[in-house]
Amino acid sequence: MAIPVEMPKMSDTMEEGVLVSWLVDEGAAIAPGDVIAQVETDKATMDLESYDDGVLLKKVVNEGDAVPIGALIAVLGKENEDISDILSNYENVGGDGQQGAAPATIDSAPDSGEQSSASAPAAPILPEDGRVKSSPLARKLAAEHGLNLATVRGSGPDGRIVKRDVVAAVGSGYQAQPAVAKQAPATPTTPAAPARTPSPVAPPPPVLPMATDQPDETVRISQMRKTISRRLSESKFTAPHFYLTIDVDMAATAEARSKVNALAEKQGGAKISFNDFVTKACALALRSHPAVNASYNEKDGVIAYHKQAHVAVAVAVDEGLLTPVIRNADFKGLDQIARETQYLAQRARAKELQPDEFQGSTFTTSNLGMFGIEEFTAIINPPNACILAVGAIRNTPVVRDGELAIGTMMKVTLSCDHRVVDGATGAAYLDTVRSFLENPATMLL
Amino acid sequence: MVEEMDRDDRIFLIGEEVAQYNGAYKVSEGMLDRFGEKRVIDTPISENGFSGLGIGAALNGLRPIVEFMTFNFSFVAIDQLINNAAKIRYMSGGQFGVPIVFRGPNGAAGQLAATHNTSTESIYATIPGLKVVSPSNPDDAKGLLKTAIRDDDPVVFLESEVMYGMKGEVSDASDYLIPIGKARVAREGTDVTLVAHGKSYWLALKAADELEKDGHSVEVIDPRTIRPFDIDTVIESITKTNRCVIIDESNPFASISSEIAYQIQERAFDHLDAPVLRITSKDVPAPYAKNLMEYYMPQVQDAIDACKKVMYVN
Repeated sequence: MAIPVEMPKMSDTMEEGVLVSWLVDEGAAIAPGDVIAQVETDKATMDLESYDDGVLLKKVVNEGDAVPIGALIAVLGKENEDISDILSNYENVGGDGQQGAAPATIDSAPDSGEQSSASAPAAPILPEDGRVKSSPLARKLAAEHGLNLATVRGSGPDGRIVKRDVVAAVGSGYQAQPAVAKQAPATPTTPAAPARTPSPVAPPPPVLPMATDQPDETVRISQMRKTISRRLSESKFTAPHFYLTIDVDMAATAEARSKVNALAEKQGGAKISFNDFVTKACALALRSHPAVNASYNEKDGVIAYHKQAHVAVAVAVDEGLLTPVIRNADFKGLDQIARETQYLAQRARAKELQPDEFQGSTFTTSNLGMFGIEEFTAIINPPNACILAVGAIRNTPVVRDGELAIGTMMKVTLSCDHRVVDGATGAAYLDTVRSFLENPATMLL
Repeated sequence: MVEEMDRDDRIFLIGEEVAQYNGAYKVSEGMLDRFGEKRVIDTPISENGFSGLGIGAALNGLRPIVEFMTFNFSFVAIDQLINNAAKIRYMSGGQFGVPIVFRGPNGAAGQLAATHNTSTESIYATIPGLKVVSPSNPDDAKGLLKTAIRDDDPVVFLESEVMYGMKGEVSDASDYLIPIGKARVAREGTDVTLVAHGKSYWLALKAADELEKDGHSVEVIDPRTIRPFDIDTVIESITKTNRCVIIDESNPFASISSEIAYQIQERAFDHLDAPVLRITSKDVPAPYAKNLMEYYMPQVQDAIDACKKVMYVN
C-alpha cells in the first residue's frame, strides 16, 4: 500500500514549511531514516527523514513551495503502484494537500505579475511561466491604444500575442499601420516649425538622469519573518505590556568580570560577557519571583508557574532573530553559561539551531548595549511573562553619599505581561536582579 | 560587355576559354572575332595569375573584366580579390583605384557536388572594398553589368549557370545603367515580405503565386545588389507587412540572410509581428546525389511554409 509523506511539525511555532530541496529522485528506494529532503521552517533548515521504506513514487511539492503542516509532500510505495487514491484524498480532505500550495501561490502572485523579478525561485508553481508573450509590433500597437496586453489572449505559438489579437481587442478603433510608420522617419526634421507656434509656457528644463525612478525590489517573506511577524503581533496585541526601567551600578560586576576573565585567559576558559552575568542574575532572581517565571495560558484557563529557569537570549541573525535557550541557567556557572551562549549563537547564525535548542524558554533577555542603545523596550516572547531589555554600560555622573562621582551604569527595562505580573511584582523582581548585579558575590550563594 | 567594349577601348576580357572556345557557357560568343586577341584573352588554368594580371592592368589604367569559369575557382585567387583588389584604394590613400569586374557563375547548378556548388556572396560581401552584385534576370544583368564595368572600384558580379539560358526582354537604351545598391520591389503585397536575390528570386515568385491562391498577399523584393545592401527598401516593406522571410542559397551560418535579418531587427523591431525567418541551403557541403541535392537546396514549399508560419496561418 502506498504511504503518504506529510509535512511534519518540526518546531513548536512552525505552521508551514518550505521544501528547499529534494535529495532523492522519483523512483529511488528509501529506507527508514533516509534523509529525503531539506525543509526550511521558521527557525532553521532541517533534514526531512523518512519513517517508512519504499520507492519514492511521486514528489507532490516542488522545490521552493511552502506548504502547511500535514500537507502531502510525497508518496512512497511499491514500484508502479497506483497512487491516485492518495492524491485525490489529500486533494479533498480539508484542502490540506493540493490547496496547501495555495498560500504560496497567493504570496508570490503580486511580485510575479508585472515585475517578476525577485520571485524567480518560486516560479514553478505558477501556470507555465506566467509571462505575457507578444510580438514587438503587438506591444507597440497595444501601447498606442492604451491596451493592457495581460488582458489579451494570444493566438500565436505558445500563446504569443500578435498583431491580429491586438487588432481584434481594440476593435474598429484600429488604424492601418503603414500611415503611422511612414510618418515616423519624417518626424525628426519637422517638429521645429509647429513647436514654435502656441507654447505659452516653456517646457521645464531636462533633468539630469537620476536613479529616482527605480522600481521597488520585492522579496518573498521568509519563514522566519513570517514567524516573527505572527508571534510578536500576537504578543503585543494580546498581552498588555507595561514597562519598568531601573539603573544598575555595574562597577562591581565589571571588577568581578575582569578578574574572572583574567583567570579564564590563564586557564583557557571561556571569555565571560556582561550579558552572561545578566543571564545568571535573571535566572537566579526567577527563583524568588515565581510570578515572573510564569505563562498565561488562556486556552486552558490556567497560569503555569515554571519550576525551572530557562533563560532565552535573543540573537540577531541575517534574516531576523532567534532566541536560543540556556536551560537551568540558575544552576549553571558563568563559564558554562558563556560557553553555551557562544555555541548556540553560532548555530543560530548558521541556521543550524534545532528545536530543543530554541524552545521551552521561561524568560528572555535582549541586549542592544553593544550598539550604544541606552535603554529600550522589548516585546514579550510568548509564552514568557517578561522580557528584559538590556542597555549599554556607560560612565555617567552619579550622586553617591551627596558627592558627584563617575558611575558605571546600565539601564535595564523589564516588559511585563500584566495578565500575570503586576507592577509591584515586576519591580520586586527587578530589584533582585539589580542586587545580584551590584553584588555579584551574592550569586554564589 | 560588347556595348561597353565598343564604347571604351580600355576594357578587355580575360579568362579560361573566353576567346577561342567562345566561353565555357558561350557568354563571350563572337567577341574574339569582334575585338581580337588583344582584348579577348584566353588564359591557362591559373586564376591566381590572371586575376593578379587583371588587377595590375587596372592599376595601370585599363578596365579589365576577369571571368571565372565558376566562382568556386575564385578561391584559388582569393588573395588577389581580398587583399589586392579590395584594399589598394584604401591602402594607397586613394591614389590608386582598381576598376575591375570579376564575373562568372555562382552558386549551385545541379549535380556538381561539393566543390562546384558554393554560393560565394556572403564570403565576398563581408570584405570592405568589394561591391557584390547578383542579378536575377536578363534585363537586370545587362543594366547592372554595364554599371559594374563603368564603376571605378572592383565589383564581384555573380551570375548563374542555370540562368544563362534564360530569355527575357532587355532594354535597348544605349546607356542602360541600373544603379548598384538599389533593390527592386518586384511584386507588391501586404501580408509578408519575401527577400530573394539571384536564382532564389524565381523561387520566391513561385511561392508568392501559391500563397496568392490562398488569399495571402506577398511582397517580393529582389535586392539586385548584395553589397551595398539596400536595407531601406526592405524596411519600408516590413513597416507595411510586419513579417519577413529571406531566401538565400548560401550556407546558413553568417550568410547574407543572417545579415539582413540582423539589420531588420535593428531597424524595424517595433514593426515585426513575428520572427524573421530564412530559407537557406543546409549547413553541410553540397551533396552529389539528386535526391540529397533537392533536400539540400531551398524549395518553393519551404518558402510557403515559412511565410505561413510568420503569418500565423496553417
